[in-house]
Amino acid sequence: MAEPGAAEVAPLEGLLALDLTGELGWLLGKILADLGATVLKIDPPGGDPGRDQAPLIHGPAGSVGATWVAFNACKQRLDLDLAVAGDRARLLELAEKADFVLEGEAPGRLDELGIGWAALSQRNHGLVMTSVTPYGQDGPLARVPASDLELMASGGAAWLTGDPDRPPVRVSLPQAAAWACVNAAVGTLIAHHHRRLVGRGQHVDASAQCGVLPMLVHAPTFWEMAGVNPMRAGAFLVGRNVNGATMRNIWPCRDGFVTFAIYGGSAGRLSNRGLVEWMADKGMASESLLAIDWDTFEVATMTPAEIESMEAAIAPFFLTLTKREFLEQTEARRMLGYVVATAEDIAADPQLTARAVWADTYLPELGKAVRLPVGWFRLAGPKATR
Amino acid sequence: MSTTVEGPGAARLGEPSAALADLHVVEFGGFAAGPAIGKHLADHGAEVIRVESRLRLDGFRTNYPPYKDGQPGIERAGMFAITNNDKLGVTLNLKSSAGLELAGRLIERADVVIENFTPGTMERLGLGHEAMSARNSGLITISTCNQGATGPHAHRAGFGTHLTALSGFTHLTGWPDRSPSLLWGPFIDYIAVAYGAVAVLAALEMRARTGHGCHVDLSQYEAGIQLLAPVMVEHFATAAVPTRMGNRHPAAAPHGVFPCAGVERWCAISVHDDAEWARFRAALGEPGWARDECLATAAGRKAAEDDLERRVSEWTRDRDRAEVVEILRAAEVHAAPVNDMRDVFEDLQLVHRGAFRRLDHPVIGPHSVPSPAFILPETPDVIASPAFMLGEHNRYVICDLLGVGDDEFDALEAEGALQ
Repeated sequence: MAEPGAAEVAPLEGLLALDLTGELGWLLGKILADLGATVLKIDPPGGDPGRDQAPLIHGPAGSVGATWVAFNACKQRLDLDLAVAGDRARLLELAEKADFVLEGEAPGRLDELGIGWAALSQRNHGLVMTSVTPYGQDGPLARVPASDLELMASGGAAWLTGDPDRPPVRVSLPQAAAWACVNAAVGTLIAHHHRRLVGRGQHVDASAQCGVLPMLVHAPTFWEMAGVNPMRAGAFLVGRNVNGATMRNIWPCRDGFVTFAIYGGSAGRLSNRGLVEWMADKGMASESLLAIDWDTFEVATMTPAEIESMEAAIAPFFLTLTKREFLEQTEARRMLGYVVATAEDIAADPQLTARAVWADTYLPELGKAVRLPVGWFRLAGPKATR
Repeated sequence: MSTTVEGPGAARLGEPSAALADLHVVEFGGFAAGPAIGKHLADHGAEVIRVESRLRLDGFRTNYPPYKDGQPGIERAGMFAITNNDKLGVTLNLKSSAGLELAGRLIERADVVIENFTPGTMERLGLGHEAMSARNSGLITISTCNQGATGPHAHRAGFGTHLTALSGFTHLTGWPDRSPSLLWGPFIDYIAVAYGAVAVLAALEMRARTGHGCHVDLSQYEAGIQLLAPVMVEHFATAAVPTRMGNRHPAAAPHGVFPCAGVERWCAISVHDDAEWARFRAALGEPGWARDECLATAAGRKAAEDDLERRVSEWTRDRDRAEVVEILRAAEVHAAPVNDMRDVFEDLQLVHRGAFRRLDHPVIGPHSVPSPAFILPETPDVIASPAFMLGEHNRYVICDLLGVGDDEFDALEAEGALQ
């Protein structure tokens, strides 16, 4: 990943984080490790119980869960039994030298063991401790358990997703924990910034239910400002048309699905025009599509029937295309659209390879290397020196 | 530390407990990708100056319902209001040399510049990291775009809904026998803005150690891929191509969303081990079907999932959603209401945490903006001011912060530099 001019010092190099989290908080420690911190993951004897969670991947030395690998492969590990006084004392000792403690126990649990915020901060005034829990440190649900499904539901994201004739759905890959952690990382580093100024740390309280809320974007605003309760609409985009028309955003193609929509605005008009020109090149543009004046076209005021008729004319064209053709031509023709990518598509994407997003890491638990995405963080500029 | 004690930001900057009160941030661009990074910083007291232009308005002001009373208008847009609270707004015409010079002077006094213009625009304007570092050696800049500034697909434009599909999330959402379902809004933008804020804060830490600023090239696509990591690890290791499975789980059953009494009232329920299954059965009153030996193990419940879901639906269907949740939570079974967009304002836990904050906008009136997903007890967020009106802080920013005299300000305005 090093490029000419790339910074030579990782931003958090030399900082120590003790990571006591379970599944809900795993990504937080990974983000700090990505930034150069040393992250020491404290597991119960025998290892993290989440390590065996499906789906499993296998190697000569054993099998481990893919999610565990994804978010923990970058951490150092130490087994401590926090039910045992000696091991708790060892934790307190480590916390004296630590810059961050990350944890996700039920609120109050660490205090009961004598290793909560009160005890840790007394020994280390500068400590930043971040708790990532389902609903936060206090409030009526603070001690109610929740998995990804309940968090996506109570955070409102499930309501907005799925087909209208079936129940709301979550994303089939857990998201609440990850969104909670990325936001908790913001809070942790804000607390770190403040510590630099005043020399005192604090206890960052991150809620996974609240971590889901950014997914709602302006949907709550629709309720508050317009009295509209936006609902799941399958493959269709809602809320962009004054007549309540919905726009298809996901289209079947020859080998999967692509994403494209009829949009307004200058970029949208350019995109729509590009599509119709492409269809005309292939002899597949209908008279009605060719007759549209794109300079004055405005999608926000069209009727549902008008939009349906345009979409009916476009759908057969997409069915003739592969995902690869669609991606190439949309770029060449300045259209707005991408493919609905699978893991296979993403693994083969030359953009990610060119930017060195993938790195192989040897994992002793497996006895072989795994491939991980590493390249989200790029700093460049004057050479950093110590 | 900032020495500013007067003007629109005074209450905030004078507040000693704001964690980022020492930071000066300038923001260029529009929509969510750049400005929502700035919101993270403004919410904790950074002085964030957003540079706009009347010649090319933010799409969130012009093209994004909902609007106050359903009437479009540049001060009436909800999306702009929820993204730009507690910032200062200044309009500069970057096509005029005087406007460009003022932008340069704002960057000179800044710690951080956030931008999501078309890639390359800042460099063309002479406002890029290299040029501005010569005038401000500790400067940190962050550029965020769809796929990053290098590589074969650098500079490719696209909307968040589409990029969410390219990043694999859309394929994983919906039912296995049907088309994928769209995720709401520019889903991936909000992953990337949190990573963007993390990157800015990390760069500030690096500057504190080394004295040097830097440039951050943030690819929204790559930020999304970070969250897709479990799927990619599995794919690289086993060649599996995971796909959407409704609400089902690889191991747990039941694991779904079930109908409750009323129209579009739903409840999420999941049972993760045998002990929880026993509590679930008891909570349902030990119905005969649940005593089937086949259901005693996780594998058995998973094998009988279709039937199991039908039975659970029969139990939930005529019950009030709150009753279902209460019965199951009392039995320590995983359950939650599927909150709709009205419910999220009334959910007692979200209310307890102040997840939404009421602000009073001069045109929109009272409305809610989201607060951070975390609480910093020693340095609470300082959300207090509604989104700025177009050019609202021109005189404060240009005269008070940059030291331009009132006569010169009027001349700049007359020559169109503040368009």
